[in-house]
Amino acid sequence: MSAAGGINRRTFLVSVAAAGGLALGFDVPLASTAQAADRAPEINAWILIQSDDTVTIRVARSEMGQGALTALPMLVAEELECDWSKVKAEFPRPDENLRRNRIWGDFSTGGSRSIRNSQEPLRQAGATAREMLIAAAAAQWNVAASECRAANSIITHQPSGRTVSYGQVAEAAAKLPPPKDVTLKDAKDWHLIGKPTKRLDVTDKVQGKPIYGIDVRVPGMLHAALAQCPVFKGTLKSVDDTKAVGMKGVHKVVTLKDAVAVVADNWWQAKQALDALTIEWDGGEGAAVSSAGIREFLLGGLTADNAGVGRAQGNIRDGFGSAVKRIEADYEVPFLAHATLEPQNCTAHVTGDRAEIWAPTQNGEAALASAAHTLGIPTQNVIVHKTMLGGGFGRRGVTQDFVPPAVLIAREVGRPVKVVWSREEDIGHDYYRPVAMARMAAGLGDDGMPRAWHVRMTGNSIWSTLMPMTVRGGVDRQFQEGFLADMPYDIPNYLADYAIRNTHVPVGFWRCVNHTQNCFFKESFVDEMAHAAGSDPLEYRRRLIGTHRNAAKFLGVLNAAAERAGWSTPLPPNTFRGIALNEAYNTFVAAVAEVTVADGAVRMHRIVIALDPGTVVNPLTAEMQTESAVVFGLTAALYGEITIKDGRVEQSNFNDYKMLRLADMPKVETVLMPSGGFWGGCGEPPVAVVAPALCNAIFAATGRRIRSLPLKNHGLTKA
Amino acid sequence: MARITVNGRLHDVDVDPDTPLLWVLRDTLGMGGTKYGCGIAQCGACTVHVDSIAVRSCALTVGAAEGKAITTIEGLAPNGVLHRVQQAWVDLDVPQCGYCQSGMIMAVAALLKQTPNPTDAEIDAAITNICRCGTYQRVRAAIHAAATG
Repeated sequence: MSAAGGINRRTFLVSVAAAGGLALGFDVPLASTAQAADRAPEINAWILIQSDDTVTIRVARSEMGQGALTALPMLVAEELECDWSKVKAEFPRPDENLRRNRIWGDFSTGGSRSIRNSQEPLRQAGATAREMLIAAAAAQWNVAASECRAANSIITHQPSGRTVSYGQVAEAAAKLPPPKDVTLKDAKDWHLIGKPTKRLDVTDKVQGKPIYGIDVRVPGMLHAALAQCPVFKGTLKSVDDTKAVGMKGVHKVVTLKDAVAVVADNWWQAKQALDALTIEWDGGEGAAVSSAGIREFLLGGLTADNAGVGRAQGNIRDGFGSAVKRIEADYEVPFLAHATLEPQNCTAHVTGDRAEIWAPTQNGEAALASAAHTLGIPTQNVIVHKTMLGGGFGRRGVTQDFVPPAVLIAREVGRPVKVVWSREEDIGHDYYRPVAMARMAAGLGDDGMPRAWHVRMTGNSIWSTLMPMTVRGGVDRQFQEGFLADMPYDIPNYLADYAIRNTHVPVGFWRCVNHTQNCFFKESFVDEMAHAAGSDPLEYRRRLIGTHRNAAKFLGVLNAAAERAGWSTPLPPNTFRGIALNEAYNTFVAAVAEVTVADGAVRMHRIVIALDPGTVVNPLTAEMQTESAVVFGLTAALYGEITIKDGRVEQSNFNDYKMLRLADMPKVETVLMPSGGFWGGCGEPPVAVVAPALCNAIFAATGRRIRSLPLKNHGLTKA
Repeated sequence: MARITVNGRLHDVDVDPDTPLLWVLRDTLGMGGTKYGCGIAQCGACTVHVDSIAVRSCALTVGAAEGKAITTIEGLAPNGVLHRVQQAWVDLDVPQCGYCQSGMIMAVAALLKQTPNPTDAEIDAAITNICRCGTYQRVRAAIHAAATG
């Protein structure tokens, strides 16, 4: 079946960050391919077809709002030539994946990779199944398969005009060997890929029907509320449960190394009892850490002798020597929480050396590995049910920290337990977008163009804390993304280096990851160069994009955004524009924001985002993701800030970790301009351009250069 | 103990009357469409109707809901025909992750009952629910569509 899945038998290695940010590898022995035993004939691992022509397409990636549940079946259906109106989607189980030699490949859902990394095997699966269905029909008619064509779930024998539906030959097709080679359609022949297509989950979602992790109900299930040590890396010292144990509905108080949980008949009872506990924590070394101290620590990184070089070309000393003007600026951004609207949760049932878990996870296999590792049981003994996710944004992928407490609590209780984090626990125990700073220095020539640019970065490295094996020689390339080969501008003498400064605060992958700060740094400073040169920021960027291998794509989105926004046309009174450009996840993005600043408050009225992801599978969800990314980026730019005091997060809930609301929503205009020939991600890339486009517009409006976020700290947001 | 009427059905629930209605709906009655997001009436994911008014059920005790008509997302389309707000949501492709949408739809349905054709300013003032996916642009368009549809 490897032809369909495109993945051969191989060692399964999954990295999972257990609680505490420890990265571990697991070798999982593989069983032989299991026999398909489902309710409908399985043409291959991805496709089941019922006799009534219902086609069920399996989706290995998680659905967290980004539309994978619809776009991935579209890729299969394009080649399968099935009737889209009869397509359903379902998630295969991660443990089934292990049992079947990882036939569905990788379950991890992040890095805007759902389509990019699945498109080829999925299209192959569709084409393979189509050929098997045609072969089954041809055999039934005793004709050559080459005389038959498939369309809309109907196979037609062209010479005779006879027809048969997929459902009628599915059972026979499922017994045929898959063809060795299939030819995939040319992009010009696609009829589904590229067509705006309604989400398969929309009707359920307007009726409150989907089951998110928090909605899981298992017979005999109890509910748990959790308190984790507020100081990162701290431990539980003691707990006095005298007041809690007798409370109504309370079953048990469970203590873990760094957390306490109360298990009760319902979550509210559990939470009330949790609040009645007297808990003493040992914060350890982290208890002395504050945001001010972290800032001092990072400032040292700006001038440190040791810094990993991500990209260097020419000689910046010579470059600065030949410059007639030097400009310098320091930029900084804080930690940010993901704040998925569905708080972290996990349901677990542990019996002996077996476990069954239900989790809203971006990586079902990592959840499985985390449960097995935490309990010290074989991975074959774990069943994982993936649920819908009430948001992901990177919170639920590499870091599966919601799993260990759930399985440990469930083991103590001996019954199924759903562990739901309060919002306060969720905000206070995240893997945050890293705190970061950049020191910029540029030398401009007499033509105003840069002769030299030094980008010194510092901050908390994700890779070196979660996946240390990826950081060699002190160079964390991911922290510098946007300043490496993906930096679009021609700078003859250029140095981008990074001094890692890790704190005790856990950091992780926050939608668009390090681009979220780096694009703000890069595009704001390029704007500074343009203004120092007395140039129009759009014109300056056009001149700076010269020999980059992707120059045409960068210029394409830049010009498209400027044109749609009417860059050179007059604006309403007191309204100003800002522009930004970036590449992330193989997608090219430009933004033009329109902003007013009045009464000390900034307001973004409109933002145009031009996007070239090479190929767009579902333009509808690509547009929705762009709108979503704008809100994500704008929320962070205006309000987003996690601060640390006494080793713990100061913010607790949406009252002090503010979210953008409808009244502040700008008009988002998405210009999708796939130029073909490559596959880029869509979920994350637009996040990064929002803050610099906004802040560049603020400069145009006020002459104030914003070099740190969020804007609330600059008196630019209403209380 | 408390006695509440949810979607036209009477329920006797064995909980402390101080329990927020949200947790009675979710854990005691097993109606998961109403969501927990913050517990402090900030996000609106738990919005239900109490006597036709949009209420954040995390901040209303079950005791205070006694004797009132409670409607949840599960009761918005009682005959299987989508409410016009739900239909507008489908037509304009509003939901992304969908987690906030029950509360968002309930808030909008209550708004349109009181203000059948709201202005943008009235929408801004009334619909303060948090959508972390940022569906607001489509929410606004769908409110107008439902109002005139």
